[in-house]
Amino acid sequence: MIPNASETLFIILTVALVTLGTRALPFVLFPAGRKTPEWILSLGRALPPAMIGMLVVYCLKGVSPLVYPYGLPELFSVALVILLQLWRHNTLISICGGTACYMLLIQMVFS
Amino acid sequence: MRKKKKALKAAFPHTIPVLLGYLFIGIAFGILLRDKGLGAGWAALMSTLIYAGSMQFVALNFFSGGWSLASIALMTLMVNLRHMFYGLSMLDAFKSMGRKKPYMIFSLTDETFSLLCSAQPPEGVDKDSFLFCMALLDHVYWIAGSVLGSLIGNLIPFDSTGIDFAMTALFVVIFVEQWQAMRNHLPALSGVGAALLCLSLFGPNRFILPTLVLIAGLLALFRKSMAQEADAS
Repeated sequence: MIPNASETLFIILTVALVTLGTRALPFVLFPAGRKTPEWILSLGRALPPAMIGMLVVYCLKGVSPLVYPYGLPELFSVALVILLQLWRHNTLISICGGTACYMLLIQMVFS
Repeated sequence: MRKKKKALKAAFPHTIPVLLGYLFIGIAFGILLRDKGLGAGWAALMSTLIYAGSMQFVALNFFSGGWSLASIALMTLMVNLRHMFYGLSMLDAFKSMGRKKPYMIFSLTDETFSLLCSAQPPEGVDKDSFLFCMALLDHVYWIAGSVLGSLIGNLIPFDSTGIDFAMTALFVVIFVEQWQAMRNHLPALSGVGAALLCLSLFGPNRFILPTLVLIAGLLALFRKSMAQEADAS
């Protein structure tokens, strides 16, 4: 079935507008001209590490530790990324090393 | 012009992990969208206007019919609610951005947010232009990936299974960096802890919303100790 063009366009515009709304709301509620409440600013400072932590879990949400390969490719690769990052502090090396390790593991070792 | 070029040059290396991740995930999206009967033009339109990775995958379901615009709007709101938290974190950083500010707000994806949190411009490079270039490059990668997927998705010559791990790795790297930069690890721990708890309680498809609520609650609880942290740093 080929979707109807105008319907498709309305769907896309709806998703785009609501998505923009979720991104813009904080800036509408707390405009730059007025003083932002201190507790909002302190929440804003504490949020990034919490959000990044959540995103790490979000990326790994498909892992099933009880079913083969027990999340081992993810575990080894994430550990490698952490070690590389602590050792060299070079984002690119850590990411390329971890990704290459993961690809090798799921394609060759745990395939 | 020189200023912009310099900022673009400085921004590019920081965006390489996103380039890998967005190209791969974008290609996957383009292929799936074409399977729904929507070609490269639609892929470009969606990736330009919506520009939200996971949301666009969810939106694929909307094209099969049976969804009212109201339920689509509600679903979108639920999936993207986390963006509000990104905005709250960027209130200060975007204050000085002037004409670039609306675009910075529009383009605040998970990955761009994480780069904005972590990447620092080298000396002599205008910070606002640097941040803007990272946001713009990410957007271009995403559009290019989805269009490529629609056009040549089946022709990839090597087995690229698992290359999307680049995105996971990017978040892990930023997590490690923030961990080392902050003395108070409560925010980082509450993010991971809340997400793991809600994942085990609610399953992989509906844990983000309760996680956000729990994180907000925990951070409010820890506010005092974190205010001291902010004063100390």
